[in-house]
Amino acid sequence: MTAKGSRPRVLIVDDYPDAREMYSEYLQFSGFDVVEATNGMEALQRAVDASPDIILMDLSLPVMDGWEATRRLKADKRTAGIPVVALTGHALAGISEGARMAGCDAFVTKPCLPEDLVKEIRRVLDETSSSRKGRRSGKYAKNSIH
Amino acid sequence: MPAALVGVGVRRHPTRRNGSATPYTGVPRVRVAVEAPSEEEQEQLVARVRLLEGFVGRTEVNDCTQYALQWLGEVMGLAQSLALVRPAGEQVLYASAHYGFRTSSASSFTVSLEDWGNPLLSAFSNRKQIFFPAPHSQADRRRRPSTPFEDAPFHVVPLGAPLAEEALGMLLVGGQDPLGPELHWFTAIFSQKLDQILRMQGLVEVDRKQGRERSLLHSIINAVSDPILLTDTEGRLLIANQRALMLFTASEEESEGRRGAVRMNNMLLSSALSSKAIEETGATRRELLLVNPVDGSDLVFELLSTITEDPRQGSGVVSILRNVTDLRRASEEIEENYRKMRIAEAQARAESDRLNLIIDSVADPIVVTDASGATSLMNEPAERLFTIPYEASAIEQRWVQANDAHFSSFIAGMLVSADQRRVGEIGLVDPKTGEAMPVEAIAGKILSEHGELTAVVTILHDQREAIEKATLYEQLKQASDELERKIQAATADIAQQNELLRRQAIELEQASALKSQFLANMSHEFRTPLNAMLGYTSMMLQGVAGPMPASAKRQLGRIESNGRHLLTIINEILDISRIEAGRMPLQVSRFKVPELLSEVRAELEPIILRSKLTVNLQIDKDVPPLTTDRQKVKQILLNLLSNALKFTHHGGITIAARRGRDRNVHLSVTDTGIGIAPADHEKIFEDFRQLDNSPTRAYGGTGLGLSICRRLAQMLDGRLTLQSQQGRGSTFTLVLPFKGRK
Repeated sequence: MTAKGSRPRVLIVDDYPDAREMYSEYLQFSGFDVVEATNGMEALQRAVDASPDIILMDLSLPVMDGWEATRRLKADKRTAGIPVVALTGHALAGISEGARMAGCDAFVTKPCLPEDLVKEIRRVLDETSSSRKGRRSGKYAKNSIH
Repeated sequence: MPAALVGVGVRRHPTRRNGSATPYTGVPRVRVAVEAPSEEEQEQLVARVRLLEGFVGRTEVNDCTQYALQWLGEVMGLAQSLALVRPAGEQVLYASAHYGFRTSSASSFTVSLEDWGNPLLSAFSNRKQIFFPAPHSQADRRRRPSTPFEDAPFHVVPLGAPLAEEALGMLLVGGQDPLGPELHWFTAIFSQKLDQILRMQGLVEVDRKQGRERSLLHSIINAVSDPILLTDTEGRLLIANQRALMLFTASEEESEGRRGAVRMNNMLLSSALSSKAIEETGATRRELLLVNPVDGSDLVFELLSTITEDPRQGSGVVSILRNVTDLRRASEEIEENYRKMRIAEAQARAESDRLNLIIDSVADPIVVTDASGATSLMNEPAERLFTIPYEASAIEQRWVQANDAHFSSFIAGMLVSADQRRVGEIGLVDPKTGEAMPVEAIAGKILSEHGELTAVVTILHDQREAIEKATLYEQLKQASDELERKIQAATADIAQQNELLRRQAIELEQASALKSQFLANMSHEFRTPLNAMLGYTSMMLQGVAGPMPASAKRQLGRIESNGRHLLTIINEILDISRIEAGRMPLQVSRFKVPELLSEVRAELEPIILRSKLTVNLQIDKDVPPLTTDRQKVKQILLNLLSNALKFTHHGGITIAARRGRDRNVHLSVTDTGIGIAPADHEKIFEDFRQLDNSPTRAYGGTGLGLSICRRLAQMLDGRLTLQSQQGRGSTFTLVLPFKGRK
């Protein structure tokens, strides 16, 4: 999947430690390499340093929110190719639209079970690799628990 | 031409010098010549011829006389001479010529024929020669007439034709010597010549006078604007003035029409003037119709003819025509005017009749009063007021009399006042009922052309109705005002309430928005811990942390299901707040119904299996594809199906799709469950409503599901209905418009 070995690397950005650590633990359990960040600014740094295959971005973040961070990631040549999955507890209309505008490739509403999140990450990664040379379709999926 | 004469004389008769030297020697020489024709006699003959030659061609008295005296002086040597001539018809003799006088007194010397005492006149009237010798005394001088000769002796010789009654004038010749025969010859010839000249002058004068008179006469008759003409007995025109010529003569150059008119006029005149006609009518005035030759119009003349008897010219007829065309026209006009007047009179009479009719038809009493105040006309309503009806009672009579008195005093006031119009109120009495009857009286004076008062017209208007109306109107107005006040008060009240409501609405809206925002925030806050709880539970159940005993797994299962239930509640609250905040977006697409229904059943398949109920799909073939928000339709159907599964214990559930008579699509979920009482059919759609509201209720759920479903249906322009019987089951039907959401 990537040059860094068989384990795809996921950058998890979330200021809520329980959620961040839970997803981190489960992702590692599920065979992913995980890098964490607690705010948007840190996320930008990690995205350059760690070169993740995919970024899981909570939108409500301190210092720099997820929308702004995503905009900057997509504006930076080094990170523009990394797919971003937005993750938020806000379910009101307009949130997902704002995320898409910022450049997010997928959108997931909390609460989201770890296994569902893994499914979504795999889907996005598959899609990205299959159309890496082409144009990203930016398909949205709403994998939340009903 | 005296100068020429002198010249000629000198040349032809050189002996004249002798003559002039001895003035009176000529006479003896003439006498000698008679006795024996000699050179002297020849000379005398030549002199005589010279005189006669001089007279030829002289037609002026003065000229001729001057020549004659010059001849006397030069031929006969008479140094001083003076000729006095009487002009025709005058009573004075004036000096027509003088010879040998230096003073101008000679030329201005005159003798009046009325100066009876003048001795010169005896020579004139008696026609004899008189000699006045030089005076010797003062007495002699007084007897002598005053002449240019002064004290010198002179002869007076009368001049005149031998047969004529009166002398023509006198010749005064200075000198002492008696007059010779040559002078007598001269006198005879001179008198003859003078007579000839004067006679000629008189004829010319008479002729001129006659000419003047004739032209005067002509201008007089031409000045008369009436045609005047003199005709002979045959009717031929002898004399005519311009006006007459215009009517009765036409030259060859004139137009045929004009000549025809003139011919006709002549014929008409001749027949009118025929002696027979004159005799028959006797009267000299007759009417004559002629044609105006200028424009062909008719001219009417009055012909005035008089027969004149003239011994020389024979009898004729003088006719004066007086143009009476205008007169005739005027008289016709008078007739026409008279006729018109008669018509106008008839019209006026008709007008008067009509006026009477009108006056009678007016409902208000009308009274016409003459200048003395006496009633000359009144209509029927007025009669009812002012005349005593047949068989009236005494009281009725009094009422009428009172009315009459009131009215009379009003009219009297009007008559003495200078007002042209007067409006007043009279307190009359209804003659039938005796009820007070105030009337408004409008009176107007009618004046003749000369400003004399001829009548007063009064119209009376019963005020009772007006007063009653005014009262009613006042009442109505008060009621209306009252009503208006009330309405205004009510309006103000309503406005106030509206304002209050508006504020409340705003407050509510704000509160609602706050609530929605709060709920949205709360939902986020709930989700975050719930996410971790559910996530870790799931991880534990998956054995991420290692294997678990079965009892722990069962307990973890309970945690998970309660967590999911809590999530459902949170989601439903979120949906409600989204809908209320208007932030529920619609994503319209076209989709097929059967697939959707299968999806719904598949989604709840685990629960269906657990419930052991049968869920059937019943889809009619004519159900068309829908164009609306698929997700929302699915959400509603999922909710309805999960409700049906929840409240049904036996039997089965049918999900049906059919096309209604209204062509809308009906999607229904029918169960054989516990059913809902009719009284609760509406309640179940309210927020947080479950029929069993107790804390220990048998069925879980937030109670928000149906409320959300109904709201979503409305968002899709559809509706959610219920048919149910308690204990028999329920049918919830989602009706969606065939054409989809607008």
